[in-house]
Amino acid sequence: MSIVRAMAPAQRAVDMLGPDVSESALRGFLEGLPGVDAVGLEQRAAGLGTRSIKTTSKRWALDRIIELIDLTTLEGSDTPGKVRSLASKAVTTDASDASAPRVAAVCVYGDMVGAAVEALGAAHGDPDDGKIAVAAVATAFPSGRASRAVKLADTAEAVAAGADEIDMVIDRGAFLAGRYGHVFEEIVAVKQACRRPDGSAASLKVILETGELTTYDNVRRASWLSILAGGDFIKTSTGKVSPAATLPVTLLMLEAVRDWHRITGERIGVKPAGGIRTSKDAIKYLVTVAETVGEDWLQPHLFRFGASSLLNDVLLQRQKLTTGSYSGPDYVTID
Amino acid sequence: MSFLEYAPAPESTSILRLQDQYGLFIDGEFVEGGGTPFDTIAPSTGKKLATMSCADGHDVERAVTAARRAYDTTWSKLSGRDRGKYLFRIARLVQERGRELAVAESLDNGKPIKETRDFDIPTVAAWFFYYAGWADKLEHAGLGPNPRSLGVAAQVIPWNFPLMMLAWKIAPALAAGNTVVLKPASTTPLTAILFAEILQQADLPRGVVNILTGPGSMGGQLVAHPGVDKVAFTGSTGVGQTIARSIAGQRKRLTLELGGKGANLVFDDAPIDQAIEGVVNGIFFNQGQVCCAGSRLLVQESIHDEFVDRLKARMQTLRVGDPLDKNTDVGAINSAAQLATIAELADAGEAEGAEKWSPDCVLPSEGFWYAPTIFTNVQTSHRIAREEVFGPVLSILTFRTPAEAIAKANNTPYGLSAGIWSDKGSRVLALADQLRAGVVWANTFNKFDPTSPFGGYKESGYGREGGRQGIGAYLQASEAQQSTSTPRGASRRSITAATPAALPAKTSSRKKAAK
Repeated sequence: MSIVRAMAPAQRAVDMLGPDVSESALRGFLEGLPGVDAVGLEQRAAGLGTRSIKTTSKRWALDRIIELIDLTTLEGSDTPGKVRSLASKAVTTDASDASAPRVAAVCVYGDMVGAAVEALGAAHGDPDDGKIAVAAVATAFPSGRASRAVKLADTAEAVAAGADEIDMVIDRGAFLAGRYGHVFEEIVAVKQACRRPDGSAASLKVILETGELTTYDNVRRASWLSILAGGDFIKTSTGKVSPAATLPVTLLMLEAVRDWHRITGERIGVKPAGGIRTSKDAIKYLVTVAETVGEDWLQPHLFRFGASSLLNDVLLQRQKLTTGSYSGPDYVTID
Repeated sequence: MSFLEYAPAPESTSILRLQDQYGLFIDGEFVEGGGTPFDTIAPSTGKKLATMSCADGHDVERAVTAARRAYDTTWSKLSGRDRGKYLFRIARLVQERGRELAVAESLDNGKPIKETRDFDIPTVAAWFFYYAGWADKLEHAGLGPNPRSLGVAAQVIPWNFPLMMLAWKIAPALAAGNTVVLKPASTTPLTAILFAEILQQADLPRGVVNILTGPGSMGGQLVAHPGVDKVAFTGSTGVGQTIARSIAGQRKRLTLELGGKGANLVFDDAPIDQAIEGVVNGIFFNQGQVCCAGSRLLVQESIHDEFVDRLKARMQTLRVGDPLDKNTDVGAINSAAQLATIAELADAGEAEGAEKWSPDCVLPSEGFWYAPTIFTNVQTSHRIAREEVFGPVLSILTFRTPAEAIAKANNTPYGLSAGIWSDKGSRVLALADQLRAGVVWANTFNKFDPTSPFGGYKESGYGREGGRQGIGAYLQASEAQQSTSTPRGASRRSITAATPAALPAKTSSRKKAAK
């Protein structure tokens, strides 16, 4: 149920940069990207955030948000029991309303993949078929500070345990030091490690950790670098660093995938993660996707929310639309 | 369903309780005018909003007399601190009634509620707050100690930013100690009269501000009145020239803020996504009915095709329609006359061989509408590259080198605004120095702040509004200063030269009133 990509991991880079993807070719390409004007970017994001989404549009948006959530638990204290609870919530999001959709995936640490797969049981599958995928963070998440061998082993183990999607972190230290080739190679290697014996592969989400990249120019370069190296998704944050996902950063990453699509026709996903807690905020992201890359990007293979507490707020808003009155936190289930 | 269509999100009009009929505001009271009352309509539907009184020559006389009396007996005698208190009070009342004013402005002008709510009305309040702060600091205006007010100011404003232009005019005039007779445009008089209610709420002394609604001919009578000491006009270049001629040789001070044909220069190293936004904002903000609109896009030839493709894609997401819908990006054209002007110039563009393009959008069947439009393959000799369209119509030209960009940008009778888009700071600074425009925006467009002087070169007018220069336009150096420094005549000239009124200056929007 994973997304199988016919393209070899670094084929995109070869197509863009020629047969020898050298460090200097990468540097030349990334540094040749148009600059980002911070004031203008933030102003555009703020403008998109003022769209007023009401009635039927809001109902559609709330259901779609649920369908795009990677319901997440990433704590040191996670246990199989906690993961079972999360999986149950992913399947039955609103105990009082069977029409509430399922989320796209549950996202856990690599050692919890087995527990997640088992807990989901028959519900485990491709979100496009109304089922729930298992995503695992890997590569020494969240810091990424480990040897490459450890990162690859981390990834391979999660895939072997049944993960459909791998959320890897990039080496921000190497990126900030200008070692683009190092980051590139690592993404390519992790992409290889996502392959399964049957030739299929887990989908690869590349976490840029934009809060540590600091500048918008860095975010744009890291986005393109991740795409060139074979990422299926680019993801803002681990959720462990502040600021996590922001609307301007997500807009910028959407512009990168839009431009990639413009050049190659290929569609890359985007996943803002961390800090999106309310329906109101999440709707702003839907608007930004729809007005930047188009509303056909609002599907689980191309857009996700990485969140743990967002779901309940959406459910409360959904109940409000149905019943006409606000309920309260006891009317939705804790994970 | 399509999420992108968004369900309607109309702003409620219940906060606005319109009367059937409104009077003139003279000497602190609403009075009936001597002329034939006229209707103000909603451009988005063509429906009548209210009947407005029309001032005649007699009303002009009464208003100027009231302003003179208020100047002599009250306003010029108040301390700057006390004048400032009134201005602060007005600013706060504008904020309190902001939603009501935004709805009224959107209805009467046809512009989207998101612009009146998020830009026009907050800017109005900001202008009063800013000049309230100046009222007791006039000695810092650059005219020496104790500069004096001028007297009675006749102010004629346009229809594109009705309340904002009122604030740009009234706030500095009052802060400097002048009294005012203001004539709003005949198509957009509503918010000026609502503002008069605010003046009553603020207990502003009688006669300090008088507001006359009526046709352009009445504006002509107003500026020609011998009791007027200062004339400030924002509107079309043609009307501005008429005013300048009509008061030539008199002692009246004059500031003019007239038309424009702003150039937006996009270089190949520009932050491209932000440049697209800036171009969109530069020409489609307020349906392009902006004197400083970036109506000429000059894009480096090497990125022209890609830039136009991206611009078209972006324009597909512009939402045209009901101005009161919070999601509307582009509203109605202000009047049938303006719509005809836009259509005529656009037709000329096609006839001249330029390529016209608009996104798919369904325009409402009633009211005055024009789809956002771009012209490619425009040459500098085309009318659409030279004349002010004052509508949502962008002409796209190319350049190859910075020198060519400057030459083309400056090749216009106007000189109000320009924009530069480039990642290279040194280039931006070097080019800004060479552009003959009163305002040059770098990597942004259409930014207005009360602290920043605004005005034009050449046929875009003279004088500056905003900032220290803006208040200087309503002041003269004190008698004491003049007599102690230099002989009176010489001093007056030199002081005049130091004030914005004599600098190449101002601009602004096209306006239909005032003759």
